[in-house]
Amino acid sequence: MLVSLNWLKQYVDINGHTPEELAELITKTGIEVESVAPIAEKMTDVVVGHVQSCEQHPNADKLNLCQVDVGEETLQIICGAPNIASGQKVAVAKPGAVLPGDFKIKKAKLRGVESNGMICSLQELGVDEKDVPKEFADGIFVFHDEVKIGDNAVELLNLDDIIIELGLTPNRADCLSMLGVAYEVAAILDQPFTPQEEVINPVEEPAADYISVKVEAPDLNPYYGAFIIKDVKIGPSPLWLRNRLIAAGVRPINNVVDITNYVLLEYGQPLHAFDLDRFGSDQVVVRRAKENETITTLDEQERILKPEHLVITNGEQPTAIAGVMGGADSEVQEDTTNILLEAAYFHPNAVRTSSKDHGLRSEASTRYEKGVDPNRVNLAGKKACELLEKYAEGTVLNGVVEFDDLNREPEQVEITTSHINERLGTGISDEEIADILRRLQFGYEQNGELFKVTVPTRRGDVELFEDMLEEIARIYGYDNLPYTLPGGASQAGGLTLHQQLKRKVKNYLQGAGLDETITYSLTKANRAEQLVSREVKEQAKAAVRLAMPMSEEHSHLRLSILPELLDSLSYNIARKQTDLAYYELGTVFISEEEQVIVQPKEQLRLSGALTGEWHVHPWQQEKKSVDFFVVKGIVEGLSELLDLPLSYQQAKLPDMHPGRTAEVFLNNQVIGFIGQIHPKLQNDLDLKETYVFDLNAEVLFDSYEIEEAFQAIPKYPSINRDIALVVDEQSFAGEIADTILEAGAPLVKDVRIFDVYQGEHLESGKKSIAFNLLYMDPNRTLKDQEVEKAHEKILSAVKERHQAELRG
Amino acid sequence: MKDRLQELQSEALGKVQQAEDLKALQDVRIAYLGKKGPITEVLRGMGKLSKEERPVIGQLANEVRETISEAIQTKQNKLEEEALEKQLEEESIDVTLPGRPVQIGGPHLLTSIIEEIEDLFIGMGFEIKEGPEVETDYYNFEALNLPKGHPARDMQDSFYITEELLLRTHTSPVQARTMKQKDGHEPVRMICPGKVYRRDTDDATHSHQFTQVEGLVVDENIKMSDLKGVLNAFAKQMFGSERDIRLRPSFFPFTEPSVEMDISCKVCGGDGCSVCKGTGWIEILGAGMVHPNVLEMAGYDPNVYSGFAFGMGPERIAMLKYGVDDIRHFYTNDIRFLKQYHKA
Repeated sequence: MLVSLNWLKQYVDINGHTPEELAELITKTGIEVESVAPIAEKMTDVVVGHVQSCEQHPNADKLNLCQVDVGEETLQIICGAPNIASGQKVAVAKPGAVLPGDFKIKKAKLRGVESNGMICSLQELGVDEKDVPKEFADGIFVFHDEVKIGDNAVELLNLDDIIIELGLTPNRADCLSMLGVAYEVAAILDQPFTPQEEVINPVEEPAADYISVKVEAPDLNPYYGAFIIKDVKIGPSPLWLRNRLIAAGVRPINNVVDITNYVLLEYGQPLHAFDLDRFGSDQVVVRRAKENETITTLDEQERILKPEHLVITNGEQPTAIAGVMGGADSEVQEDTTNILLEAAYFHPNAVRTSSKDHGLRSEASTRYEKGVDPNRVNLAGKKACELLEKYAEGTVLNGVVEFDDLNREPEQVEITTSHINERLGTGISDEEIADILRRLQFGYEQNGELFKVTVPTRRGDVELFEDMLEEIARIYGYDNLPYTLPGGASQAGGLTLHQQLKRKVKNYLQGAGLDETITYSLTKANRAEQLVSREVKEQAKAAVRLAMPMSEEHSHLRLSILPELLDSLSYNIARKQTDLAYYELGTVFISEEEQVIVQPKEQLRLSGALTGEWHVHPWQQEKKSVDFFVVKGIVEGLSELLDLPLSYQQAKLPDMHPGRTAEVFLNNQVIGFIGQIHPKLQNDLDLKETYVFDLNAEVLFDSYEIEEAFQAIPKYPSINRDIALVVDEQSFAGEIADTILEAGAPLVKDVRIFDVYQGEHLESGKKSIAFNLLYMDPNRTLKDQEVEKAHEKILSAVKERHQAELRG
Repeated sequence: MKDRLQELQSEALGKVQQAEDLKALQDVRIAYLGKKGPITEVLRGMGKLSKEERPVIGQLANEVRETISEAIQTKQNKLEEEALEKQLEEESIDVTLPGRPVQIGGPHLLTSIIEEIEDLFIGMGFEIKEGPEVETDYYNFEALNLPKGHPARDMQDSFYITEELLLRTHTSPVQARTMKQKDGHEPVRMICPGKVYRRDTDDATHSHQFTQVEGLVVDENIKMSDLKGVLNAFAKQMFGSERDIRLRPSFFPFTEPSVEMDISCKVCGGDGCSVCKGTGWIEILGAGMVHPNVLEMAGYDPNVYSGFAFGMGPERIAMLKYGVDDIRHFYTNDIRFLKQYHKA
């Protein structure tokens, strides 16, 4: 809503406040002011001039040589506007004038002839192109009104007016009108404000002789009032009215249309003027549209209607979509003489549906959608009649023909001072409350601390105690509320175990060299089901699809974090950032249904993707690219961090390298996988060798146990023994290590692999793996014989299970 | 003999003095103190001396021996010290060469901001709550006083999956869920951070996915001044103790009264500048007193209980705190962006 301060001044005394101060007060008390700015930048030396003569320039076809009386002198000015003519009163920028855009006007010679100033268009004077009346769109501005030669044209055109732009929240529809803004500002500044009464002088002839009104959908249209104004003369509106429209960002058209727009801005009540002679009948019938009924609206569009749309008809044809747009057939035109003026209350939902379905949002529909003041509908009609009498030479007929089933009863809300203070934490007195109600111009009956408040119907947003609480609080001033902290039973704040583990895991991964990312949950169809861990795939029927995606890029909910994570890698690599180690802890969405009905399961997963150099120290010639074991090491560290034994089994998974991928198990359940992504996928994504991990974080966290008992530090020495075993090259070292641990129990506490060898001195197809075994008994010093015995047992076990031979 | 001993002593001390390395010193030790050395020889010849002279010469011989031995030890210490110094000198390295790098990663800036917010509120006795990202229409809208057809639903065009399921448009449904969980009588004091989704085309200031932190306090006798106090404590800790806050009226369907909270502009200190668009204030979050309909739907009697709620955008806070100029930076994961905020 654009609020002209010159207009506002007509209602409320705002003297003593700069526009900025006023804006600050409005923002703090009620409505956010989005901007404060003059209509046009500051200008000087622009005056009303009278074109005394206008002849063709001797040396130029398209230029005119004019003598312009500007009061104290007559200036010779060359003007190229097509609409210049002698006898006109125009806006003249005298030599020395400065126009918007720091445009300085100087004496000049044009094609050998002197020109002392400029005759201005509205655009040159800083008026927004879209607000310039069509008749002046391609030329200079011409005064139609009585103005004095030599007077300041900037003031006459209201170009020095300051406009305050209000950013209205949906509840404050009352301030979609100048009267509403006036009430608001009057309350804020504690100034009186009473709207002027509408004064009309109807003739005796009754309007009912010309029109009847029938409403067939009273639920959607509880009030319809029809005024008849005869013998209007279409022409331009008076300057003051045009000025106000331009200030409000509405382009002036003609007096009748301008008047309905003006009343809309002033009262917040949309009106519609039909050409009575083109209306097509003498009856207004308001009803739901018929299926597939059509209407051609003012914008020359044919629109197909449905029963959800409310229409005004002439008994047969729709003549307007109620509250949204009139029909082309009954539009007010240059030759219109008789007017049927509609002042109605249309239900917000009816207008919202029509406006949405037809993609038509207008000043009118916006106001109806938010609910207009039921007590202002009729007054707005009267105000328009008053203006039509004055400025369109219209004759207003007697009475308003109406259908009336409108509830105009104001809301009653009871408040008590103590309740207000309890909720605000304040010590406001009864007197202060009474004073605030007076400023708001809310009616009330006071009985001690009890106030029975009658809320004016213009404030449709105030219905409950809490709404009154807000009214009192904002006028009292939020700045005046004290700062307190909630009382009541204290509660220990803190993180849950899961939340603590999230942080622990993140800290670990960051310490391990990985950067955290956050990627999109919505992804492409083909990505949503890529690189999905087996246990997720087994549960999920399909990736969840949005009903109406904005784009195919973000159409499905992810089943794996990895595809978007890999996309982040590609993004960086395209920007020459080649060494990347990323992880993300985020949700995937698992729906067990083909057709989603219940909420999908949301599972927290921990995924990572690494590529490029992992460790580089150039001057010492150290360089290590990311490989499988870098990633596995990270996952093993995680397993140690959470004290959860993870195991790994070689696996062949889609989009993964068939020989460099393992599934990860916890307690014999698959919880994810690690490995290199398939070289084909690498190629597709323009990636070099890239390794990933993907784990079910939820299972990890659920399995985590807080170690509470103290574990004694071993007092007795341990014994280390090495063995090198020759095994088939297909054997898995991890399985042999498991056998060693099992066969060596309870004395073998740890097994480490310290060498893997294949080649010279070994039979082909064989490899040698060297293990370091740690023997220990927490309760005593081990004897050599005991270790020997256990060692023998281990050797026979690995021989039996893995055909392992001790390397000679 | 006495003279001989003294002669030997000065001779030996002279040699010790001259010894330039440990080897030479060792030679001196063997030459003078060894079993075949001259002092031993002197001692051996003591038998020829008188009873009176014997202890005198014996003592002198021992003194000479000790003096020489001490001198050798001192010299040895000195030479060893010198040798070590020399060795260390040779071991010296170029300390300005770069060290072997330790890989360090870091948190995402949004995580840093969210954890900072969490910690601030944990300090004020708040719990951290979480909720699903795919929400029911009921929890996302209806339980928050936004029935079907409510105009404010326009404000947040949503990603629907079915008519009843959608990606949550705010973290506010966690309010309703928490109140339900607390059964309509236990006090609530929580915040819930999380991802939210809206039908916005991604550009410098819009993202179809972003984060929010919502807060809720419900108890008997919760006052609007409590909201102001809590938000003030938060703002001062998050943005600096010199920053002021102000509340101004706003509108949210699930709170009444509703307010926006501004903080004084850091750049101009409240005088007005281009950052705060001349107002001296910067909008930080929305808040308000929980709407009685919301309390009632969650099973709390609005005549007994009252509460306040607030919601803020970590992206916005990050943008204000660090001057990040494009919201898309948070989701493209450019390594050069991520690395900038390791210490955030």
